[in-house]
Amino acid sequence: MSRVRAFAIFWYDFIVGDDWKLAAGAVVALVVTVVLSRTSVPSWWVLPAATVLLLSFSVWVVARGSSRSENESG
Amino acid sequence: MTGWALFAAVFLACSVEAVEATTIVLAAGTTRDWRSTFTGVAAALVVLAGVIAAVGPALSAIPIQSLRLVVGGLLLVFGLQWLRKAVLRAGGYKALHDEAQIFRDEVTAARTAPRQRLGSVSDWYAFTLAFKGVLLEGLEVVFIAVTFGANQHNIVLAGVAAAAAVIVVASIGVAVRAPLARVPENTLKFAVGILLTSFGIFWGGEGAGAQWPGSDAALLVLVPMIALLGIGLTGALRLTGGSGSGEESAMSRSAVASGQ
Repeated sequence: MSRVRAFAIFWYDFIVGDDWKLAAGAVVALVVTVVLSRTSVPSWWVLPAATVLLLSFSVWVVARGSSRSENESG
Repeated sequence: MTGWALFAAVFLACSVEAVEATTIVLAAGTTRDWRSTFTGVAAALVVLAGVIAAVGPALSAIPIQSLRLVVGGLLLVFGLQWLRKAVLRAGGYKALHDEAQIFRDEVTAARTAPRQRLGSVSDWYAFTLAFKGVLLEGLEVVFIAVTFGANQHNIVLAGVAAAAAVIVVASIGVAVRAPLARVPENTLKFAVGILLTSFGIFWGGEGAGAQWPGSDAALLVLVPMIALLGIGLTGALRLTGGSGSGEESAMSRSAVASGQ
């Protein structure tokens, strides 16, 4: 069982990595693209827009966490 | 996407992984035992060949629309993770990938580890170090080659590009018997993150049913757009004064050294 768990953890780290919210956001953006593609609304912009928002947010969280810890320690 | 563009993208991405694997193999070989090291490398290559043999034909059987949705999505998730790390490194919030330092850490660990014989392998430590290094980095090579190749219906060309990258990097590493510290690895990782993310967006979007304005030419806008995003975020991080704290404070030097 521990080997199965280790195998699952390995693939999680390999694909998803440090920030699961990036992966979850990308999946949501893909689903929104699929749904919009079945309507008359253009859907090509969803993934580029989601990428800009997700990456910016993920990086901002790290920067904010770092400045907070510096303030707290200082 | 032309054959040359596919070859160049896969070659560039796989070169970065090959540099990391070469560093580990050199550390094992120069400080321990070359025969056990090469046995470990060979064993890892056999496992990787098995993965390719299993995954390649299976991917070819999937309809192209579904394949692009799944593989594009995976590439997007993988690329975002990669680009995030590259931005944090360039912005000073994560330690830069330093092959010379990684080599020194691996050599130090290898010198202190006890020698143990197991079956026909005279040095089990050298075997496992080389096996794990090549397998883990090799899986990324296989992932990149298979996803790019499957999406372009040209797994053979992608495989040739990946093999060429590994052979070129490994040959240089063996010739100089030193880690390839002069390779601008952090810059390459940044560029590869941009490529993986851009192609993930493009193929994921196509698979999800989106119609890209200009068809394939949309990539000529996507790649510069993602590059500008990465550069812009890096600039913003530098302005806020990244100093290697951030995520770095929560992770050990050895974790950085292992390429995580």
